[in-house]
Amino acid sequence: MDDVIVDADAELLARLRAGDEEAFLTLVDKYGPLMLRIALTHVRTRAVAEEVVQEAWLGVLQGLSRFEGRSSLKTWILRIVANRARTRGEREARSVPLSSLGPDAGEDEPAVDPDRFMPADHPMYPGGWSIPPHSWARMPEEKLLAAESLQQVRAAIAKLPPRQQEVIVLRDVEGWEPEEVSQALGLTPGNQRVLLHRARSKVRADLEHYFGGVEA
Amino acid sequence: MTAQGPIIPGGISCRELVELVTAYLDGALDGDTSGRMEAHLRLCPPCTEYVDQIRATARIAAVAAAELELRPDRDSLLAAFQQFKAR
Repeated sequence: MDDVIVDADAELLARLRAGDEEAFLTLVDKYGPLMLRIALTHVRTRAVAEEVVQEAWLGVLQGLSRFEGRSSLKTWILRIVANRARTRGEREARSVPLSSLGPDAGEDEPAVDPDRFMPADHPMYPGGWSIPPHSWARMPEEKLLAAESLQQVRAAIAKLPPRQQEVIVLRDVEGWEPEEVSQALGLTPGNQRVLLHRARSKVRADLEHYFGGVEA
Repeated sequence: MTAQGPIIPGGISCRELVELVTAYLDGALDGDTSGRMEAHLRLCPPCTEYVDQIRATARIAAVAAAELELRPDRDSLLAAFQQFKAR
């Protein structure tokens, strides 16, 4: 954790407690995009996500007197917005796929289609690739990061179960450390990793399909 | 000609390896498993490609999100803040 960031947050926090609007807006600018991103993993529309973020800020302001700084401001805010977003998402009564219920649901979700491996009793290569991935190494960077590829990834993430979305957004988009994510989302390190693994595996599979490697 | 048994580099099959990639990249595997995974990867180009693709996926996800402009509505948040203070 960067000490400078922590100190900056401590100073902003003190000013926020004193009702300083500038401090509030600085925090909104700093953590707003992250909060929206997390809200959008649970609710369907931008408008509802904005409402969730506003509710979360009120939660932050109401909780200010109780915040003891045992977690960082960042993880504390994140926990508040994630909780609000979950509640709101459930209320939206969207059809929730079984696998989103938690890391325990859908235990047997293989990272790669089992049909792409040799059977376990194969005499030479048990469990070896029968349909290996095509190399992306020769693909030009322009193709890898083309607007359509990026859109593909956003769509792949959007259709993941909310819990997996939360983790992949924090880990791979926001670049958080595993421990921070576990703490903010109340996950064990193992569950955090399982959720990230499933999320990345599915997004990779979608990209592979898009890049024209293998039938999904 | 010598009879050959099954070839399983590092004692981990490719099918097992793909389930360990996230733990491997996080440095969360125990030393023995991590060593066997590396032994496998030295001998197995498809699995090496797979690990590279997971890394690439994480990177593309970061770029994809960065290109999406996400700024909450400052004005309505400020109004909410002022209302909160006035209570």
